[in-house]
Amino acid sequence: MPLYRSHILVCTGTTCVLKGCTAVQSALIAEIKRRGLENEVKVVETGCLGISEKGPVMIVYPEGVTYCQLKVSDIPEIVEEHLLKGRTVSRLVYTGPVTGEVKPAHPGRQKEQRIVLKNIGIIDPTSIEEYIAYGGYEVLGKALTQMTPEQVVAEVKTSQLRGRGGAAFPTGIKWELTAQAKGDNKSVICNADEGEPGNFKDRLILEGDPHCVVEAMIIAGYAVGAKTGYLYIRGEYHQSVAHTEKAIADAKAMGLLGKDIFGSGFDYDIKVFKGAGAYVCGEETALIESLEGRRGESMVKPPFPPTQGLWGQPTVINNVETLANIPHIILNGGEWYAGIGTEKSKGTKIFSPCGDVFYPGVYEVPFGITMREVIYELAGGTKSGKPFKAVLVGGPSGACVGAESMDKTFAYEDLAPGAGALIVMDEDKCIVDTVNNCLKFFVHESCGQCIPCREGTKRMYEMTKSWTEGQGEEADLALMQALTSNLALTSRCGLGQVAGTAFATSYKLFPDEYLSHVVGAECPTGKCTMTNGGGKNNG
Amino acid sequence: MSAHQCGCEGQVKQAQADEAEKYVKLAQIIDEYKGQRGVLIQALHKAQGVFGWLPEEVQIKVADGLDIPLAEVHGVATFYSFFHIIPRGEHTIRVCLGTACYVRGGKQVLEQFEKELKTKVRGTTEDRTFSLEINRCVGACGLAPVVTVGADIYRRVKLDKVPEIIAKYTGGK
Ligand SMILES: Cc1cc2nc3c(=O)[nH]c(=O)nc-3n(C[C@H](O)[C@H](O)[C@H](O)COP(=O)(O)O)c2cc1C
Ligand code: SF4
Ligand code: FES
Ligand code: FES
Repeated sequence: MPLYRSHILVCTGTTCVLKGCTAVQSALIAEIKRRGLENEVKVVETGCLGISEKGPVMIVYPEGVTYCQLKVSDIPEIVEEHLLKGRTVSRLVYTGPVTGEVKPAHPGRQKEQRIVLKNIGIIDPTSIEEYIAYGGYEVLGKALTQMTPEQVVAEVKTSQLRGRGGAAFPTGIKWELTAQAKGDNKSVICNADEGEPGNFKDRLILEGDPHCVVEAMIIAGYAVGAKTGYLYIRGEYHQSVAHTEKAIADAKAMGLLGKDIFGSGFDYDIKVFKGAGAYVCGEETALIESLEGRRGESMVKPPFPPTQGLWGQPTVINNVETLANIPHIILNGGEWYAGIGTEKSKGTKIFSPCGDVFYPGVYEVPFGITMREVIYELAGGTKSGKPFKAVLVGGPSGACVGAESMDKTFAYEDLAPGAGALIVMDEDKCIVDTVNNCLKFFVHESCGQCIPCREGTKRMYEMTKSWTEGQGEEADLALMQALTSNLALTSRCGLGQVAGTAFATSYKLFPDEYLSHVVGAECPTGKCTMTNGGGKNNG
Repeated sequence: MSAHQCGCEGQVKQAQADEAEKYVKLAQIIDEYKGQRGVLIQALHKAQGVFGWLPEEVQIKVADGLDIPLAEVHGVATFYSFFHIIPRGEHTIRVCLGTACYVRGGKQVLEQFEKELKTKVRGTTEDRTFSLEINRCVGACGLAPVVTVGADIYRRVKLDKVPEIIAKYTGGK
């Protein structure tokens, strides 16, 4: 085997592909060959490095220099200068916030604490050898050979890890319930249906470090006594599917999946299931319906999946990020994990600021960080430089939060982060128009089983639409509030229950903006075109 | 004077052969999943991969082959936005209107496509080259607004980029 002096990680994440990294990569490989460097320099593919903004991107190790916005025509220069002469091509070096080991030129990045994202952009996600070289699957060996399932569950309980899919249920308790439930064919499901606008952290994990999730799923299976794991990935995530399928196949080939893993007598397999475009399938009972091959319609709870889930058997269902914490917890101990974060919120959380921010991306930070730090220091503030107006925390299903909450901390006991999306709006954005867009999402995604959600989201959408057209009536506002609480109380699943949240929370913050649309037929930002000519009051 | 040869006959034959081949592939897909539970959605994914959409005939074959009531197959095919039960244009353009894209101008981009293609959203152009759809977030929100055409993704799409994107798939037609 040749001993390479340099490794070049080329990002082949979804967005870099769109930006043409494939051509850059082929050019690089060809140029390396042409210069006879193929036994010295190895080119590997990696998942999203978190700076897609500047794609195509590549990192040259051991120096750890990141080149960005690459064109095919830049390649000969990089090979000549950097690889042959050892001189960095400074005009192409990325100086913004960077992930991985690269020195952060952007001070905000220093606020990051990478546990879950530790390997992202550092290892080749398609190479099991590299994952192992970075300590991968060691923890699995430890869990399977030195710990009882009860001890694994106890460690997770000690860590006080809570679900990262939005509902924040204590993971250790969920596992314990499943372990104690009776059933001879239990399952573990990894929920990678990430479908809410503004969220893209799970994609980054699956593209960049699929083995971490596979390892976690095996540990979860061992802890609760499951036979099979299912990875439910949304259909749009082509590369996540490809990388996890390869990871599973490689793990199988090494005997890390299948029969008698590590000679422990534990048998376990993982299957990948591709979703077909339905946001509601992220809801756990709808996801199970979908896995069973049916329409993804939410079921009444209880029973909860830990007692009665897939095929009526006890089932653990966890978010990708939740699971990706597990190997680190088993490796370093629950106590260690519980030492990070705040009183009631342990560990780190991944945020994905987007919308009107300067550096949209994925950032992992300890709980207890303020919203100001995330939005201004990590994400660089508003892109336009104009004043910040509001942010949807968690996405359309989350609360709309304004500048007055800037110094609140992200923690379950303060500002709950949802799944981590932060859709930022600057002062040019119209709140009513944005909330109308959120409602459109729910109308489209409602599974239609229960009337409050199916009809309620529609009515709420129509009403807000009429406001953006200057056709509202004052009584509408009371009706909207009634609908919001009606849906919260009577919808079967979370989708309907929170459909009115963005409206209700933003109405509290910006009552005048609503009133001016509804009563005055005027949009203060000028974003909405009032079909009746606008300005009811002055005209 | 020799008779005018239009070549239609050959084309028809070719089309029939293509169609037959698709059904052979469908039979293989059904065989692969037969007798297993919970496989309907994966089978439909593959079937649509072959046909581009899910004609009634295909739904019937899947229902029979997997021993699932046709009503259920149809129910699943119509529930998930990935599956299509009407023929599609050769390329599907999807403009993301998820909230992150929306605040970055996704709606204006959609309107531009509607204008350029002379079709409304969820419509197909007369020549069946394009179907226009919306997306509700593809997980690339950092690059909003996002447009996808098949597997190709365009980020930060500005209004003046719209004709350029369309032209890529029409070969300058
Ligand atoms: C409408 C709806 C959509 C959801 N989508 C997701 C999703 O995409 N990913 C996810 O992990 N959880 C999602 N959830 C939450 C799941 O129901 C479930 O709580 C979660 O997967 C449990 O894992 P955790 O405890 O690790 O967070 C959704 C919930 C609702 C109501
Ligand atoms: S609340 Fe909406 S999405 Fe949930 S079960 Fe009812 S109709 Fe379906
Ligand atoms: S896809 Fe390349 S950096 Fe994100
Ligand atoms: S909102 Fe458009 S990609 Fe997420």
